[in-house]
Amino acid sequence: MRGTDYVVKRVLFAVGTVFVAITLNFVLFRSLSGDAVSALRCRGCSQEFKEFQRRELGLDKSKWEQYKIYLVDLAHGDMGRSLRTEEPVRSILWEPIKTTVPMVALGTLFAIVFGIATGVVAAWRRGTATDKATLWGGLGFYSMPPQWLGLVIVLFIAGWLGLPTSGVKDPTLGILDDPGVIEVAVDRLEHMVLPALTLGLVVFGEYTLIVRSAMLETLGEDYILTSRAKGLSNWATVWKHGFRNAMLPVITLVALSLGFIIGGAITVEYVFSYPGIGLLIVEAIDQRDYPVLQAAFLLLTLSVILFNLLADLLYFKFDPRVTE
Amino acid sequence: MSPVQPGVSTPEAPPPTPSLAFRALASPVLRNKTAMVAVGVLGFFVFLAVAGPLLIEGDPKAQVGAVFEPPSWEFPLGTDGGGASMVSMLVAGARVSLLIGFAAAAISALIGGTVGIVSGFFGGRTDVALMRVTDYFLVIPDVPLMIVIAALFGRSTWNIIVIIGIIYWTFTARLLRAQTKSVRERVYVQRARALGARNSRLVVRHVLPQVTPLLIANTVLLIAYAIFAETFITFLGLGDPSSISWGRLIENAFTDDAIINNAWWAVIPPGICVMLVVLACTIIGQTLEEALNPRLRTGHLSVRRFRVLPRSVQPEHQKP
Repeated sequence: MRGTDYVVKRVLFAVGTVFVAITLNFVLFRSLSGDAVSALRCRGCSQEFKEFQRRELGLDKSKWEQYKIYLVDLAHGDMGRSLRTEEPVRSILWEPIKTTVPMVALGTLFAIVFGIATGVVAAWRRGTATDKATLWGGLGFYSMPPQWLGLVIVLFIAGWLGLPTSGVKDPTLGILDDPGVIEVAVDRLEHMVLPALTLGLVVFGEYTLIVRSAMLETLGEDYILTSRAKGLSNWATVWKHGFRNAMLPVITLVALSLGFIIGGAITVEYVFSYPGIGLLIVEAIDQRDYPVLQAAFLLLTLSVILFNLLADLLYFKFDPRVTE
Repeated sequence: MSPVQPGVSTPEAPPPTPSLAFRALASPVLRNKTAMVAVGVLGFFVFLAVAGPLLIEGDPKAQVGAVFEPPSWEFPLGTDGGGASMVSMLVAGARVSLLIGFAAAAISALIGGTVGIVSGFFGGRTDVALMRVTDYFLVIPDVPLMIVIAALFGRSTWNIIVIIGIIYWTFTARLLRAQTKSVRERVYVQRARALGARNSRLVVRHVLPQVTPLLIANTVLLIAYAIFAETFITFLGLGDPSSISWGRLIENAFTDDAIINNAWWAVIPPGICVMLVVLACTIIGQTLEEALNPRLRTGHLSVRRFRVLPRSVQPEHQKP
C-alpha cells in the first residue's frame, strides 16, 4: 500500500514539475517586449509569415488566451516555427536529438564505468597513494569547465590520437564510392569519441568521488566485517557485499547529475562543432531564433524530469524502505 | 550510523556570540591542512581581484605585443589573440569572475536563507508551499535555464549575477530549512517563546545566530558554482562584451583560434584559475559544512549538490 502511495506521489510530482516547466517556458519567452517567440521582431521574415504567426499564436488575444493556445499546441506536439527557416520546430529538433543522444550516452557510460572502477578501488585502498590520487584526480576533473577541457583535449590529445575534432561525419566519405555500413559507423564513432570523452571526464570526476564515499560508508558496515570473518575473498566482499549496497545512492546521483551533463553537453558540442541539441541551442541564441531555443530548452527540461522520476522509481525497486 | 537527533543530543547551548560564531567557522578550517591551503589559494585570488588595477598598468586589453606571442621574460604567459598580455588579462579577469562569484552567491544566500528560515521556522502550510516551489526548481536543469534567461534578457555583468543568483538558491533553502527546524525545537528557543518573545525576536536573536555559520559555509560553496556558471554563460557569447572574465578568456581562446595557432598559453591559464578557485571554495565550504552540520553525513541523498569531499578528510574524532 505504502509502495503504491510512493510511486503515485513521485509520478504526480513529476507531472507537476512538467507543468511548472511548461508554464515557466511560456512566461519567460512571452515576457519580453515585442514577444520573442512571435516573428514580429524578426527582420528577415516575410509579411505572410508574420501574419500567419499572429493568427497561429493568438497574439491579438489576451496573454491568458495565448497561454491556452500554447498548451493546446504543445499537447499536439506543435512547438511553433523557426524564425529563420520558417519550418516547424519539431522537424528541426529531430536530427540533432539523434546526434546528441548517442554522444551523451557514450560519455555517461564512460563516466559510470570508469567512475565506479576507480571509486571502488580508492575506497578499498583508502588512505593509500592510489586513494589520494583518485581523490585529487576526481576533484580536479570536477572543477574543470567542460568547454575548457574540450579545448585542452583538442590541443594536446586529438592530434596524438588522430581523431577528428569537429563535425559528426567525414565530408569526403562517400563521394568517390558508396561506403559500407561498417565504414559509416566507424566514421560516426570516431567523431563521437572526443566530445563524449570530454563530457565523460568532467562527469567522471563527480562520480568517482560519490562512489568512493558511498563505498567507504558501506565498507564500514557490520556485514562487511562478517563476510571477511567468514573467509570470503576480497573480490566477493567488495563487489557482492559492498558494491551492491553502495550502488543505491549512486543510482540516484547519476540521474540527478543529468542536469549537469546536459549543461556540459551544450558547451562541449559547441567546442567540437558537433551538430546536436547543444549546437542547435548555440545557433538559436546567435540568430535569435527564439522558438527553436524555447523548444530545445523544454526538451532538455522534460528529459531531466523524466530521468529523475526514473531514478526515484528505480530506487524504490531496489530499496522499498525509501517510503518510510 | 545514526543521525544526530535534532534537539535531543544538543545541550542547551546559549546562542553563540559573534566571536563564538567566528570560532565555529575558523576552527574546522584551522584544524585541516588542506582547507588551510585552500584558504591561501582563495586569498591569493581575492588579493589579485582587489589589487588588480594597482598591479597592472593601463588597459589590460591594450595590444602590447604580437598576436599569440609565446611566453617570454616580457610576457610570462605570452599574449592572446589580440596581442594583449595574458598575465594582465588574467588579473583583470580575476576581478570580474570573483565579483560575479561573490555577488551571485550573496544573492543566492539571501533568497535561499530567507526561504529556508521562513519555511523551517513557521512550518505548516507556508513550509509545504515554499518547499514545493523549491523542489520544482531543484529538478529544472539549471544551466539550460540560465542560458535561456541570459539569451532573453541582455548581456551585462549585473544581469549574469542576478541570473546566477536567482537560480542557485534552492539548495541553500533546503539546507537552511532543515537546520532552522532543529534550532526551533531547542529548549532555550522554546523558553524564550514561553516568556513571550515574538517571532521576529526569536528569528533574529535565536535562530539567525545559530544558522548563520552554516549559511556562510554554504555561500562559499555557491561561489564555486557561480564562477563555474559564469564560464558557461560567457562561453556561449552571452557575457558582457566589454568586460574581461576568466570565462571570457576561455571564449576568446576558442573564437580567436588559439588552437590552430597552437597557443597553449592562451588556453590553459584561465581554466587553471577557474579550477583553483572552484577547488578552493569546494574544499573550504565542505570542510565548514561538515563540521557544522553532522547530519549532512547521512544526508547525501537529499541534496542535488552532493558531497564530493569524502569523509576520510575529516579529523578522526569526528567520525560517527
